[in-house]
Amino acid sequence: MDGVVVRFTVNGEAAAVRVEPDWTLLRALREGLELTGAKEGCGAGECGACTVIVDGRAVNACLFPAVEAEGAAITTIEGVAAADGSLHPLQRAFLDSGAVQCGFCTPGMVLSAKALLDRTPRPTEDEIRTALAGNLCRCTGYVQIIEAVQAAAEEMSG
Amino acid sequence: MTAYACVGQPLPKADGIEKITGRTVYMHDFKLPGMLHGRIKFADRVSARIVSIDTSEAERVPGVRAVITAHNTPEVRFGFLKDNTALKKDRVRQYRDEIAAVAATTPEAAEEAVRKIRVVYEDLPAVFDPEEALGPDAPLVHEADPRGKPLEDNRLRLPWKVEAGDLEQGEAAAVHVAEGEYDVGWVTHCCMGTSGCVAVFDGRGDLTVYSNTQIPSLAKTDFQEALKAMGVRGRVRVVNAAIGGGFGSKLDTYAYEYIAILLAHRTRRPVKVEFDREEEFVATSPRQPARIRVRQGCDADGRLTFRHISMVLDNGAYTSWGATTPTVMMMPATSLYRVPNVRFEATCVYTNNTYCQAMRGYGTPQVTFAIETNLDELADKAGLDPYEMRLRNANEPGETTPQGFEVTTCGHRECLEAVAERLDWAGKRGQGEGGGRKRRGVGMACLLHVGGGAKIYKSDGCGTLIKMDDQGYVDVFSGSMDIGQGLDTVLRQIVAETLGIGTDRVNVIVGDTDVCPWDVGVHASRSTFVAGNAALGAARMIRDQILAFAEQLTEAPREILDLRDGQVVCQEDPSKNLPLEKLLYKAHFAKTGNTMFMASHFYEPDTRLLAGDFKGNYSGTYTWGCHGVEVEVDVDTGHVEIVRYVAAHDVGRAINPLLLKGQVYGAVLMGIGYALTEEMIFEQGRLRNANFRDYKILTARDAVPVETVIVETDDPAGPFGAKGIGEPGLVPTAPAIANAIYDAVGVRLHTLPMKPEVVLRALLDRDGGPGPA
Ligand code: FES
Ligand code: FES
Repeated sequence: MDGVVVRFTVNGEAAAVRVEPDWTLLRALREGLELTGAKEGCGAGECGACTVIVDGRAVNACLFPAVEAEGAAITTIEGVAAADGSLHPLQRAFLDSGAVQCGFCTPGMVLSAKALLDRTPRPTEDEIRTALAGNLCRCTGYVQIIEAVQAAAEEMSG
Repeated sequence: MTAYACVGQPLPKADGIEKITGRTVYMHDFKLPGMLHGRIKFADRVSARIVSIDTSEAERVPGVRAVITAHNTPEVRFGFLKDNTALKKDRVRQYRDEIAAVAATTPEAAEEAVRKIRVVYEDLPAVFDPEEALGPDAPLVHEADPRGKPLEDNRLRLPWKVEAGDLEQGEAAAVHVAEGEYDVGWVTHCCMGTSGCVAVFDGRGDLTVYSNTQIPSLAKTDFQEALKAMGVRGRVRVVNAAIGGGFGSKLDTYAYEYIAILLAHRTRRPVKVEFDREEEFVATSPRQPARIRVRQGCDADGRLTFRHISMVLDNGAYTSWGATTPTVMMMPATSLYRVPNVRFEATCVYTNNTYCQAMRGYGTPQVTFAIETNLDELADKAGLDPYEMRLRNANEPGETTPQGFEVTTCGHRECLEAVAERLDWAGKRGQGEGGGRKRRGVGMACLLHVGGGAKIYKSDGCGTLIKMDDQGYVDVFSGSMDIGQGLDTVLRQIVAETLGIGTDRVNVIVGDTDVCPWDVGVHASRSTFVAGNAALGAARMIRDQILAFAEQLTEAPREILDLRDGQVVCQEDPSKNLPLEKLLYKAHFAKTGNTMFMASHFYEPDTRLLAGDFKGNYSGTYTWGCHGVEVEVDVDTGHVEIVRYVAAHDVGRAINPLLLKGQVYGAVLMGIGYALTEEMIFEQGRLRNANFRDYKILTARDAVPVETVIVETDDPAGPFGAKGIGEPGLVPTAPAIANAIYDAVGVRLHTLPMKPEVVLRALLDRDGGPGPA
């Protein structure tokens, strides 16, 4: 394969991926690095299933050109739990609040929520809803997801 | 009610940890060595004769391994009436018709090849309105049935009619009558994970389909039939990947699955066919639209004397389970509230629209919208508070309904009362009219749904195998499937409870037809009840085996032995208590034993197949509920805001209240979408909004903090008293909102969705056309 090599850090580790110029970050992660936790729900920036954190910002990886990730620090769902496997408070809260059903939206939801809490440790309910508005979920009705983010925020800043 | 150790606990979903860490493998993530990518060429016309298909250019695209059409593959028929084929030979009848398919080494090559397939069509007349399609001069969507017998019109030959009591007498006894026509259109499941499968043949010709089906056992039968049609002598195994949402969309097999099978057979390689989002919108089958007429009446006291419902359903171009939804619509039509005289009749019609399928609620959201909106109108005519009207007619435990349903437990009244109280019905109702731009109103609607399976197929059963190892770990092999609803967790709780062990000792295995017993599928809110009872039956057998062995070992009589906290407990002499592991070890290895404990149980609910006169008890129990909502309507914009939402359900027993609430929250929001925002816009058979920008499912901004009320009636037939609750949460949502809108601004809406422009139009029409705001 031709293409270019993009270098960035993923979940704290240096990575180099050979990509075609038209590849999205989602494709680079899923196909280049086999990090399949990020999902493609629409490929058009409309569902948030592909959300990852790039330099502190939650982005739709399905729209993000892979080549633009050069030098970036990326967090995917695979890197949210601690290295020893212990869950992040958000993950714990998602579980305990019943915020996971089919789970297809879950990785993206968790990362959108994480980007929010990293920036705003004590968000209002309105801020939570806004931060998650780009992440569609067809199973949960969002109620327990919002509760989970509130619970995690409380735990992390309490 | 008895308190339990595991049952009733709000345990997190068993597979949650895999999902929350991104490890779960969905079809989206699934691949096999050497796997090819399949892609489908869909029709460019809505109704046409296929004159020719030229695939020569497509075949030359580098990486292409096969291009198939109906002309170079055997005919594979499928669907409820077998009126559909995997690839269309000489006629297209809807835009999603499959003309050809490609398998290639990359998705890009497959896509390019599909673009290079040239089809010549000769347009034929088309019909899109079901009532027009019934007309004498309407173009025929199918000229002949699957056996070649000519068809005279577009009406499906399906006998959906039920009648009980004496309708004329009921009419005569009525003092007040309400009549109306209600129109509901297409909405679709919008599973976040799109549909897909991988088909692969082994060296013997045996086929494995990795699938996201909700019906592993029936899909296996369908695929087996396809092999027969293909002249292949192999057997079939269906293995599920994790499912990114079901909601009924995966209750039938689709052309894409047969196409994957044909491509895999042709190429001798694994072939994956996976939809992108646009294909998911266009080529999966949505909820059935219906035009529903309701006429019902009551006596001077507001007691219902009759109800007559007739409807025309747009079947689309082929027949899937959508055409059978009237068999379930009959249920609320005849039996929601006590109505002595009822008639229900439904006509399904072929059109050149997309063909329809099952979607959460299976017809009941459509018909309940009509019944419950009309009931409010009747209450109005009778001068009764709609709540009072509903109470007077509420169903009661122990009754047999006109359709022959044997109601055992029934919390209908409790649900009504809970909603009225929580919503402050008495204080809030009728306050909306009056000045101001934003007006509030309250509305309610009830539901009746099958809560103990639904025998609309020859068997409504589920098989379960359980084996226990000598350390006390249990494997439960269930025929059912987890589609996110939490079956994996509920079965753990049921089995752990029965064996007196922790849920962490129980492993649930589903979704592999080589390993798991038969089950009719995940539908009809049946899995907790039917698969739960199957698991309970098998677990009880193991319990009996263990206790019989313990009796020998401890010499204490069976009656005073129990399984609790991982021990055999002797109620009279605790010194005889024995850790379960010790007993299991002895059973397996000591001289006393050389046995291991396993059991199998096939549970078939004691119900009657719905056929013939469509009367009889076709569910093991029934789920009841009432939803109440307070809305705020902006009379300048027509925008409807949900202020409060109370959902009360008689669930028999909440095996897992955490997951149960999740089912209700999710269903209610889907129901609010049905009521207010969601619609598939078809123009001449072409879907115009096949993306999430234009098809509006609700977001976290719209989430409604539903107040859930769990009414527990401890059903004698349910596992630990439980009934099904997967679908009910969206059944009465739309009429509850419609009734609240009426209370707020005084207009009756008979179509869905009740989007701002519809509400505004109704307000303007009532107030005599557009005028100054
Ligand atoms: S897949 Fe990226 S937003 Fe939907
Ligand atoms: S849990 Fe299924 S889409 Fe969110």
